[in-house]
Parts: sequence; structure tokens; C-alpha cells
Amino acid sequence: MFKILKKEKLAPLVFGFEIEAPEIARKAKPGQFVVLRIDELGERIPLTIYDFNEKNSSISLIFQEVGKTTRQLASLSRGDFIGDVVGPLGKPSEIKNFGTVVCVAGGVGAAVIFPIARALKKAGNRVITILGARNKELLILEKELSSISDDFFITTDDGSKGKCGVCTDILEGLIEGGQEINRVIAVGPAIMMKFVCETTRPHGIKMIVSLNSIMVDGTGMCGSCRVTVGGETKFCCVDGPEFDGHLVDFDELMNRQKMYLEEENTSLKEHEAKELKKGKCGCKRDK
Amino acid sequence: MKKNNQRSIPKRVPMREQSAKERALNFNEVALGYGPEEAVAEASRCLQCKSAPCMRGCPVEVDIPSFVSLIAEGDFDAAIKKIKEKNCLPAICGRVCPQENQCEKFCTLSKKGEPLAIGRLEKFVADHERESGKISLPKKKGPTNKKVAVIGSGPAGLACAGDLAKLGHSVTIFEALHKSGGVLAYGIPEFRLPKTVVEKEIDFIKKLGAEIKTNIVIGKTKMIDELFSEGYDAVFLGTGAGLPRFLRVPGENLNGVYSANEFLTRANLMKAYLFPKYDTPIKRGENVVVVGGGNVAMDSARTALRLGAKNVYLLYRRTEEEMPARREEVQHAKEEGIKFRILATPKRFIGVDGWITAVECIKTRLGEPDESGRRKPVIKEGSDFLLPADVVIIAIGTMANPVLLEATPDIELNGKGYIAVKKNFRTSKEGVFAGGDITTGSATVILAIGTGKTAALEINNYLLT
Ligand SMILES: Cc1cc2nc3c(=O)[nH]c(=O)nc-3n(C[C@H](O)[C@H](O)[C@H](O)COP(=O)(O)OP(=O)(O)OC[C@H]3O[C@@H](n4cnc5c(N)ncnc54)[C@H](O)[C@@H]3O)c2cc1C
Ligand SMILES: Cc1cc2nc3c(=O)[nH]c(=O)nc-3n(C[C@H](O)[C@H](O)[C@H](O)COP(=O)(O)OP(=O)(O)OC[C@H]3O[C@@H](n4cnc5c(N)ncnc54)[C@H](O)[C@@H]3O)c2cc1C
Ligand code: SF4
Ligand code: SF4
Ligand code: FES
Repeated sequence: MFKILKKEKLAPLVFGFEIEAPEIARKAKPGQFVVLRIDELGERIPLTIYDFNEKNSSISLIFQEVGKTTRQLASLSRGDFIGDVVGPLGKPSEIKNFGTVVCVAGGVGAAVIFPIARALKKAGNRVITILGARNKELLILEKELSSISDDFFITTDDGSKGKCGVCTDILEGLIEGGQEINRVIAVGPAIMMKFVCETTRPHGIKMIVSLNSIMVDGTGMCGSCRVTVGGETKFCCVDGPEFDGHLVDFDELMNRQKMYLEEENTSLKEHEAKELKKGKCGCKRDK
Repeated sequence: MKKNNQRSIPKRVPMREQSAKERALNFNEVALGYGPEEAVAEASRCLQCKSAPCMRGCPVEVDIPSFVSLIAEGDFDAAIKKIKEKNCLPAICGRVCPQENQCEKFCTLSKKGEPLAIGRLEKFVADHERESGKISLPKKKGPTNKKVAVIGSGPAGLACAGDLAKLGHSVTIFEALHKSGGVLAYGIPEFRLPKTVVEKEIDFIKKLGAEIKTNIVIGKTKMIDELFSEGYDAVFLGTGAGLPRFLRVPGENLNGVYSANEFLTRANLMKAYLFPKYDTPIKRGENVVVVGGGNVAMDSARTALRLGAKNVYLLYRRTEEEMPARREEVQHAKEEGIKFRILATPKRFIGVDGWITAVECIKTRLGEPDESGRRKPVIKEGSDFLLPADVVIIAIGTMANPVLLEATPDIELNGKGYIAVKKNFRTSKEGVFAGGDITTGSATVILAIGTGKTAALEINNYLLT
């Protein structure tokens, strides 16, 4: 059992948890994730380790409510327990002094990119961060990211904050403006990562993406997370989650992410019905 | 004379099973097992051969004549104790051992008729003990003050841990998943091996004194060298051969195409057959194609059927004769209505809008024998045919899981990528031993138990000298 030490609401539908997990905290490196299962009936879902504190023996996770499991997770409070948390899983990010690195984050991708960007900064890189979201309310980790970035840009689809448009606009501007870029790292929805890759491809800039395929065990045992990279099948959980973005078959990834759309809806509806029956609205805490 | 003999040996007592029609619609255990009278009657067929040829076929050398004669006398408690001297997981082995190739193959009775039903009798006494709730513990040696870490809670790890605990060592099992049992928990389906049975046998290992820590991936959460610095004196690796193989033909990543490991893990470990009560989803196909001919393929096909498939096709590139699956499982699968398509192999998977719709297959014939002695399938050009499919399950075997091996480059591997062990189960790393599928490639539960037990003795020698 893993105790929730702290809970924070970062944006509508986005929460941060600090969880007691000394063994994971001791080993975690930027780019790695955990797989958790709330209780006996639960499914196993992957979440990135946003931060780790060896002294506090805790890890932090940031997640967005998108379906049944994340909704149920959001209903937990400080002091509650999560049944199973395993990690750190996946290969850590490659952290070196590359020169100038542009970190592009879309939505909760900000949570994945923060520990990577921070480590890159510490390794001596010039870090340029582009943070994108649909609107101002959905921007997370603005302060944290800007504090470790040499240059920091915000884009929103509706222009409610920063530049109106998508993050690739800024990236294109930087490239065209003659900014030397040694590496670009993008994390966010698959479609956004695909477009970032298309932006850097003609310029031959090294491109890293962190993929979010559907997973079960997270230890290379099932193959649920397979992705095609450079024409070869890779397992996202053990070979990744980071890959050379120019080699990733994003259309396949997006297709595979839709595999359980129907079942996910059923699951969420059942969960909502249960919440209603309990007389709770389900928007805050139903415990 | 010969005729007389045949008459004097009564026929094997049949075991009650759920009917094929009934069981194809539920996940309950197929085999209902013997009752006490049936068990006594079957046990009484044993000739108590002096040389006990049956024991030669058992990798852990269960004293078969003795436990069988105790059943014949009706002393079931003593019978299970006798088995447990050698085999700590009898309710599991009685169910899943390929007895026809092991103990029962060598039984003298088989020369004149059907061999003694050793597996069924083992299952009977193990179930009898579990249901009675009176589980007796064997004597343990006094504490040695030595600590052993066992990695993986499959049959190899469980057996090794159980025996080490009996020898007085302090044992901790580390398991990557949230549940222990390895393939017994995530792979073999409920209808063949009920999970309550697995849990109870694991409880027995815990009662012997072994502690199990789940959710710990050695090589990620903790390194082997850290275990030594934390005070463990030896390490046993029983991590299994858990990396699924794929066919590498076009269309394999279409939605609806599963590895058997994923399909069975969703169904068994995550209980997806009870979705939406359990959160983990699984695709319920109407037309399901399973590729392969082993136990894993049979389990996948029969699981798909129970999830409501109309047609389940089993595609195998050799003939039924070469199928590595247990005869009984092939028989059960056929009775339940699995459609065998032998001498054929997938050429490509065809999809519409990203979802599998059909498998393009090609026929094969048997050619010259390969290294394994089995005749190699040869493709018959121009013999393509289509099978409709909305779910495909690939069950063509597994390889060594890389997670631990990548983290410990100082452990040498053999040519096939499995851990290389010397005769005494030692790896190339000081104090580290290994057994089970991670050293042999996919094998059987009882072989994994056998290696785990022998390794426990070797570890004991290592610790006490
Ligand atoms: C390596 C990795 C790191 C991730 N890190 C984060 C993170 O830090 N914060 C965050 O908010 N999300 C993260 N995700 C995504 C997160 O796992 C999914 O949002 C979550 O599983 C959705 O579960 P659900 O039941 O709430 O939604 P569902 O209704 O089940 O699904 C909603 C969406 O989530 C995807 N999804 C469903 N099940 C899984 C699964 N088992 N694994 C992956 N995706 C799934 C589906 O494709 C679907 O698009 C990460 C995913 C991966 C693979
Ligand atoms: C579907 C299926 C049906 C089968 N049917 C039969 C049958 O009828 N009869 C028969 O005799 N055999 C059968 N087998 C084969 C048999 O199950 C295996 O040979 C046996 O389980 C191998 O045991 P093991 O202990 O070596 O490994 P496993 O059972 O594979 O257990 C290994 C365990 O180690 C854990 N692990 C792996 N890496 C790590 C790590 N780094 N850190 C911590 N833990 C780790 C895994 O999660 C797993 O729990 C079947 C196999 C399958 C897949
Ligand atoms: S353990 Fe398996 S091989 Fe040995 S006697 Fe029992 S059923 Fe036969
Ligand atoms: S070989 Fe058969 S008949 Fe002889 S002792 Fe063994 S089980 Fe009994
Ligand atoms: S999630 Fe199972 S292999 Fe990656």
C-alpha cells in the first residue's frame, strides 16, 4: 500500500499527488514512470514520475482525468492509499550537455518534460521551453518550467495566454530565426508530437519524443505497448518510453491508443452511475 | 496368459468433468476431480512395482508408490505429507503436469492398458488437504542466520524459496507484478488452474517462512548488487521467459492483434473476463484466430471461446502430431469446438481502418527434420486462403525478458539469450544462482520446480561451506 502524502489541484481535471514510495524515490531518474493499480478491481496504468525526493522518500505524479481510472484516482485524498505502485520503469532520458535543447510540452506533457528539462539544465544545456495548452486554465507548471529555462514561451490555442496558436509556431520561428538547436524533446498528445517531428525533420534536428502507448505490466512481458520505430516493433515500456521521433509511426500509435475506446466509455459510465448512486457529484471526492 | 492379465487390471477410474457444452460458457474448472471412493479405487490399481519406474519420469522424484498406497489405504493426510516431501506445489502439478510424458509415461500399467492416474491422485489429495483446512507443516531446520533473495515468484522461485526456508535460511521473494505465482497467476487460465488453488499453495510457501515482496522489479527498483550490500548472502534468479515473440509479418500491430501473454494476462491476472466489474478491458472477438500449437495456444483459444467467440480457429504450421500441447488440452479444445487449421501459417494480417479483419494464411507441408528432430514446415506457394478475424492471438513462444539481464551485464548468457548456468546452477556472478524458464527457455512447471529445488540444495551448500 502506498500512502498519498499530498494532493494538489493544478488545473481543471489536473491533479498532483505526492506518494510515499522510498524504494522508487531512491532509484527514479528523469524520463521514468511508474505503473499503478488503485485497488483489487483496478487496471494498471502508467504515470510519469514528475519528481522524486529521496529524503522524503516520496515521488510525485501529475495526472489528468481522462477516464475511469484517473477519475477514481482524482477522488482519492491525502492519507488515502494506492494499492500497487511499481517502478521506476522505462529507460531514463539521455542527459548530457548537448548544447541547446528545446523542450516542447503539450498539456500534461509538461509534467513529463519538467524533470527532463531540469536535468538538462543542470547538465549545462541552454534550455528553451515551449509550453502549450488549449487555454490559459489548462496551463500547468508554468512557474516551475520557466524557472529552469533560459527562454520560455507559452502558446494557447485560443490566445488566452502567451502566443495564440500551437507550439510548433514558436519552434518554427526559432529555427527560422537562426537559433542553433542541438536537440528537441517533445511530450504531449501523439498528434502534437507528430507535428513537432514534422517541424524538425527538414532541418535534420535530433528529435526525441516520449510515447504514451497503452500498457499493462510495464515490464516487457505483454507487448500491449508495442510501437513501430524505424520499421521495427519496439516495446514502449522497456525500450522506451523515449524514442527518436523521426522514426516513430505516429499513425499506428494513435490508432492503437483507440483500441479500447468503447470499453473505456462503458467503464466511465458505470463509474459515474455508481458515483450518482452514492449521492456524490463525482467532481471532487467521493470517498 | 496375456488376456488374463488384461482382465485382472481394472480400467482407469474416469474423472468427472464439466460437459464440453457447459464449460465452453464459463470460466470454472473443467476437471471436477475424484471423490474419495474414486481415488481409493484408482489408487488400488497400482502394482507397487519394486523398481518404481514411474518415479523416473517425475523431475522432483515424488515417491509415487508410497503416496498411492497411502491413498489406497484411505490415509489421505499421510499421502499428501509424502508428496510434499518432494513437491511443495502438488495441487498445481496434479493439474498441469504433462503426466503423459512424465510419471505416467513410465508406469508399468501402461504396457497393459491405461497408466495409473498419478496426476489426478496428486490433485485429489492436495485438494482434500486444502478443503479440510488442516495444512500440516514439515519440520524446519533451526535458523542458519543466512539470507537469500529469490527473484521471481513463479514455480522455480517458489520451490527454491520453500526448500531454502525448510533448511533454516531466511528467504525473501521479490516479484515484479502485484501478484505472485508467475505464469501460474498470469498465464494459465482459471478453468485449468483456479487462482484460489494457486493462492493457497503460495500461502503454504509463506507458512514455511518465505516472505514475498510484490511490486519490485529487480534491475529497476533494486539491483542485485544492492541485495548483497543489504545483507543477502545469495541470490536465486527465477525470472521466467516472459518476453513474447511475434511473427514479424505485415499488419501485426493492427488493433485486435494480441500476444498470448497480453491476452491471457488481461483475462487471468487482471480478470478482464469480468469487465466492467474489473477495470481492465479485453476485446471479445466473434471470429478469433490463434496462431500456435502449444499449451499457450490452447489456453488462448479456449479463453477466447469463453469470452463469447462464435468461431475460434487454431492455426498451426505442423500437424497435430507435432503439437507441443498436452494431449488432454488438445482433446479438451476440440471437444469445446475449437477449429483446428493445421499445416498453415499466417502470411499477413489484413485490416480496415486500423482494425484486424482477416488473416491471410498460406498452407504448409512437412519437409526434412530440423535440429529439434521435428519435420520442418515448408510453404506451399500459391495456396493462400483467408480466415475472417476480429481478434488474433499470437502464441508462438517467448524469449528471455531483458529487464534484469540488461541491468546485470556481469551475468553471462547462453547462445539463445537465456542465463548460462553451470551444473550446480551457479551463474557467472558470485553468489548468484538461476533456474526455471530463464535458464532453459519455456519448459514446464514441474521442471521449473525441479531446478528451483536442486538450486536450493546448491545454495545451501554454498552458504554453509
Ligand atoms: C509512459 C507513460 C507515461 C504517462 N505519464 C502520464 C502522466 O504523467 N500524466 C498523465 O496524466 N498521463 C500519463 N500517461 C497516460 C495515462 O497512463 C492515461 O491517461 C491513463 O492510463 C488513462 O486511464 P483512464 O482509465 O483514466 O482512461 P481511459 O478511459 O482508460 O483512457 C483514456 C485515454 O488513455 C489511454 N489509456 C488507457 N489505458 C491506458 C493504459 N493502461 N496505458 C496508457 N494509456 C492508456 C487511452 O488510449 C485513452 O486515450 C502516461 C502514459 C504512458 C504510457
Ligand atoms: C499460458 C501458459 C500455459 C502453460 N501451461 C503449462 C502446463 O499446462 N503445464 C506445464 O507444466 N507448464 C505449462 N506452462 C509453462 C510453465 O508455466 C512455465 O514453464 C513455468 O511457469 C516457468 O516457471 P518459472 O518460475 O521459471 O517462471 P515464471 O512462471 O515465468 O515466473 C517468473 C516470475 O518472475 C517475475 N519476474 C521477472 N523478471 C523479474 C524481475 N526483474 N524482478 C522481479 N520479478 C521478476 C515475473 O513477473 C514472474 O512472476 C505454460 C505456460 C504458459 C505461458
Ligand atoms: S509432480 Fe508431476 S511428474 Fe511428478 S508425480 Fe506429480 S504429476 Fe507426476
Ligand atoms: S509404475 Fe505405475 S503401477 Fe508401478 S508403482 Fe508406479 S504407479 Fe504404481
Ligand atoms: S506494457 Fe506490457 S510489454 Fe510493455
